[in-house]
Amino acid sequence: MLLIHCPYCNQTLPEAEFTYAGEAHIARPADPSSVSDEEWRDFLFIRTNVKGPHYERWRHFHGCGRYFNAVRDTVSDRFLITYKTDDPRPELSKLLEKSK
Amino acid sequence: MSSFRVSGRGRVDHTQPIQFTFDGKKIKGFKGDTVASALLANGIHLMGRSFKYHRPRGAVTAGSEEPNALVGTRRGPGRFEPNTRATVQEIWDGLQVNSQNRYPSLSFDIGAINDKAYMLFSAGFYYKTFMWPKSFWDKVYEPFIRAAAGLGVSPTEPDPDHYASRYLHTDVLIIGAGPAGLAAALSAARAGSRVTLVDENPEAGGSLLSEPSAQIEDMPAWDWVGKTVAELKELGVKLMTRTTAIGYYHQNMVGLCEKLTDHLASPDGETPRERMWRVRAKQVVLAQGALEKPLVFDGNDRPGVMLAGSAQTYLNRYGVRVGDKAVILTSHDSAWYAAFDLADAGTTIAAIVDTRAEPNADLVAEATKRGIRIMAGHTVTGTEGRLRVKSVRVNPVTGSSVGAPEVIGCDCLLMSGGWTPSLHLFSHTKGTLAWDEERQTFLPDHKAEECEIAGAGRGLWGIEAVLNDGAAMGAAAVKSLGKDIAPASYTVANDRPGTGVSHKELPTDLDAGKARAFVDYQNDVTAKDLRLAVREGMRSIEHVKRYTTNGMATDQGKMSNINGLNIASDALGVPQPKVGLTTFRPPYTPTTFGAFCGYHKGSHFEVTRKTPIDSWAEENGAAYEPVSLWRRAWYFPKDGEDMHAAVDRECRATRASVGIFDASTLGKIEVVGPDAVEFMNRMYTNPWTKLAPGRARYGLLLGDDGFIRDDGVIGRLADDRFHVTTTTGGAARVLNMMEDYLQTEWPDLDVWLTSTTEQWATIALNGPNARKVLEPFVEGQDMSDEAFPHMSVSECRVGGFPARLFRISFTGEVGFEVNVPAHAGRALWEMLYEAGKKYDICPYGTETMHVLRAEKGYIIVGQDTDGTVTPHDAGLSWAIGKMKPDFVGKRGLARPDLVAEGRKQLIGLLTEDGKTKLEEGAQIVLDPNQPKPMKMVGHVTSSYHSDAAGRPIAMALLEDGFNRMGETIYIPMPDRVIKAQVTGTVFYDPEGARLKL
Repeated sequence: MLLIHCPYCNQTLPEAEFTYAGEAHIARPADPSSVSDEEWRDFLFIRTNVKGPHYERWRHFHGCGRYFNAVRDTVSDRFLITYKTDDPRPELSKLLEKSK
Repeated sequence: MSSFRVSGRGRVDHTQPIQFTFDGKKIKGFKGDTVASALLANGIHLMGRSFKYHRPRGAVTAGSEEPNALVGTRRGPGRFEPNTRATVQEIWDGLQVNSQNRYPSLSFDIGAINDKAYMLFSAGFYYKTFMWPKSFWDKVYEPFIRAAAGLGVSPTEPDPDHYASRYLHTDVLIIGAGPAGLAAALSAARAGSRVTLVDENPEAGGSLLSEPSAQIEDMPAWDWVGKTVAELKELGVKLMTRTTAIGYYHQNMVGLCEKLTDHLASPDGETPRERMWRVRAKQVVLAQGALEKPLVFDGNDRPGVMLAGSAQTYLNRYGVRVGDKAVILTSHDSAWYAAFDLADAGTTIAAIVDTRAEPNADLVAEATKRGIRIMAGHTVTGTEGRLRVKSVRVNPVTGSSVGAPEVIGCDCLLMSGGWTPSLHLFSHTKGTLAWDEERQTFLPDHKAEECEIAGAGRGLWGIEAVLNDGAAMGAAAVKSLGKDIAPASYTVANDRPGTGVSHKELPTDLDAGKARAFVDYQNDVTAKDLRLAVREGMRSIEHVKRYTTNGMATDQGKMSNINGLNIASDALGVPQPKVGLTTFRPPYTPTTFGAFCGYHKGSHFEVTRKTPIDSWAEENGAAYEPVSLWRRAWYFPKDGEDMHAAVDRECRATRASVGIFDASTLGKIEVVGPDAVEFMNRMYTNPWTKLAPGRARYGLLLGDDGFIRDDGVIGRLADDRFHVTTTTGGAARVLNMMEDYLQTEWPDLDVWLTSTTEQWATIALNGPNARKVLEPFVEGQDMSDEAFPHMSVSECRVGGFPARLFRISFTGEVGFEVNVPAHAGRALWEMLYEAGKKYDICPYGTETMHVLRAEKGYIIVGQDTDGTVTPHDAGLSWAIGKMKPDFVGKRGLARPDLVAEGRKQLIGLLTEDGKTKLEEGAQIVLDPNQPKPMKMVGHVTSSYHSDAAGRPIAMALLEDGFNRMGETIYIPMPDRVIKAQVTGTVFYDPEGARLKL
């Protein structure tokens, strides 16, 4: 069982309190009617499916209820960072340097 | 006591005799004995039959890695366990032990015919032998395999024991209480850390328990163990014995299985049998030691053939000589010491056969002093003896040539092929291993978790080296916790350091193809099988493993992995590190289901959600059905009615007068805030702006892909407040989705979402007399059709309770849903039920609810839809606010596939004969005479007998269904083909006249 840091509660808590919520930084187009079928398809279905550091969303479901973002290595299952939804997307190179 | 027990020797209590039974025969042992040590003390080596060939087998080890000596243990009624390792199970008065995998008896077993037919059972025999004819599979092959293979039999009675689970947080978890673990614990505890030390054995000490002659700090090894354990306890160390670390998971979480009662003659009944610990440790020290490897030669599995280190353990720890006349076969120095200990205890050592041409001179001198014959540069090419080894065939080896054999009589053969560091837990963490050429084994390399590996686990040998390493690793562990301690330095006298070489199968002068040289004892895999697998094209070690089943038994190849690797590497002509090792997975040793289940069994398996009215339903004889975690009243049978009769009666009574239904499980979400209406406009397909407070509307929720996710009636209580209902199973999902959009897409909206499902009890009254029953209880709301029309909501009082009253209908009759605080649910239900008696009020359950809604063509999301159905497909286009600029799913609805012609659409079906009820899920075809496989064009989603229609009715999703009205379609069933006509989905009161008062 993983330990996950909730950036809103500022606590590291057991995975059982959290639910996974898919890839992060996929914004819903502001005006969906103006996007093409292909763009809408990509928004709905196309995901990076990376082997390695993955930007993803979690929800502190049995806690504060907030959605937040995380970078997790899908090979080692290790979190590089968790951050609030409105925080900027952290740069991977800096994260990797920090985790060394 | 037999002559194999050495008086006064070992850690067993010679003053406490214990009697148990083995295959019904009374066996005597001492307190502290395992089943295996007690049997060996009585001269019994034959303990079981092997998995595939039913070969006679005895204990080959003295620990949890034992592959052969698996027995069934019975601890009284209901307490039977198969495949218990005799080398681990402690004995007590009255314990019943039975051998397995033999018929009619252990010494004469019919299944042993397999052994003569071993050519049939070579590597991959499952894939080859049982291929054809196909018809033989069910009737011949499978029953044969099931009867012949397998180990013990499963218990048939429910397990009467209970199991516990606990969490534990600790600074340093040390796994293994041998010399390395004890020294590590001392370092960590002296530095002031919280330390937990676990060991699978009944007492701490590990390999020191087998080395009583060693002197640590001028103290006999056992005294040092005693003193150390006392100091650790003084320092507050949590020492857990009979506790196996079964798995090492992410972020230093380790699973421990603690056995509490299996060693007790009369457990107190309160203590759980086993306790599963989930430990979160800041640091872990793996001090699991090493496991001795067998050597691979013809007949290396005969009872009496045993690991030398295990024989040493039986002597020193249990006071048992495993035989009167032993031959030693070794490629490692350690076996020489076993020989010396046994010789000193009175066993004749017929010869020490060392595969090395020049063994250590000191050892040779020691052996010579004892008059032991030394055969250096020799090998063993075979053993004889039916149920116990009686002789060994020894040959000299010069280069690659094997000389003439000499047969040496003996009653046991003690072997050692060197030692394999126990790195199973380390491998669970995805820590990487590196091949050590000198030691011919894998050692830990890159660590994936916060852990240290100490002692023999990282290839060290000798007590002094291991103790000092343990002390250093304990200090290293606490250093990363910010605590500095200088590790203690230990000096050990009478230490037994040593080295050895590693082998593939030993050379032979005989036909190697006929050798029964076992690599994996538990799965009966021979060296020949491994070579055959490589010859037949298996290249990866993972393929070799699966083709031969090497390392796939319950011992997970603890003894066989490196030998298997050496042989595969030789056959492939590729060095070992290039071949690699297969993956170790938890659990480390077989673990009971009970330990994993813990408290989660029976009614504690999962929660059962009950409504406030559930108790009334129970008292009134309801039949129940589960709906997600809820148990819901299904129907209320009267006087021996079956479900069909009860449901017909409930439907009839509701349509004729009034029915009462517990709808409390409906999901309820309170949507509140200045932007509540905007939020609703964006979430749901329907327009909400113009819905006046006091009015309600059917709401449809889509995903952004355009497919239906949920539905429910939504009431607007005020400009800024909505009472949203969801499907019973969808409540949590819908709230999660709402929160997702609110938090991450529209954080600008000022809205609060609150789950209120369990705050409200919901009672539905339906039928022409529903208002008459309800009206006398309502305060603060005019119940006339004009003041409170269909699709209204009101905050008022009902039965004296604050209420949210809806006038809505899921039946097609005049209907009301009264929400009152949960605590008032049953009281109001009883008031309404009493008052309704003069109208023959009828309580009904979910089945009648389903029938009544189906008669009206109302859908159930998740039954009539499956995540690929659009509002248009379901006939719900009217629920879409076409003027809204956006809502979740609007863009999705314009996707090419969703606007395409010929989609599956929800239609009604009437079977042609008017009597046959279709099966839900049945597939639909257009032409029943087409060749198979037929083209399936849809399926039945809902099907009931309708009392109102006087016939069965059904709904189905059918390709291009809206354009097939009136057409005949076919539903092929196993015994016949059913004809049905495509219709609309409303089977009753299509004008909706009955909704009016």
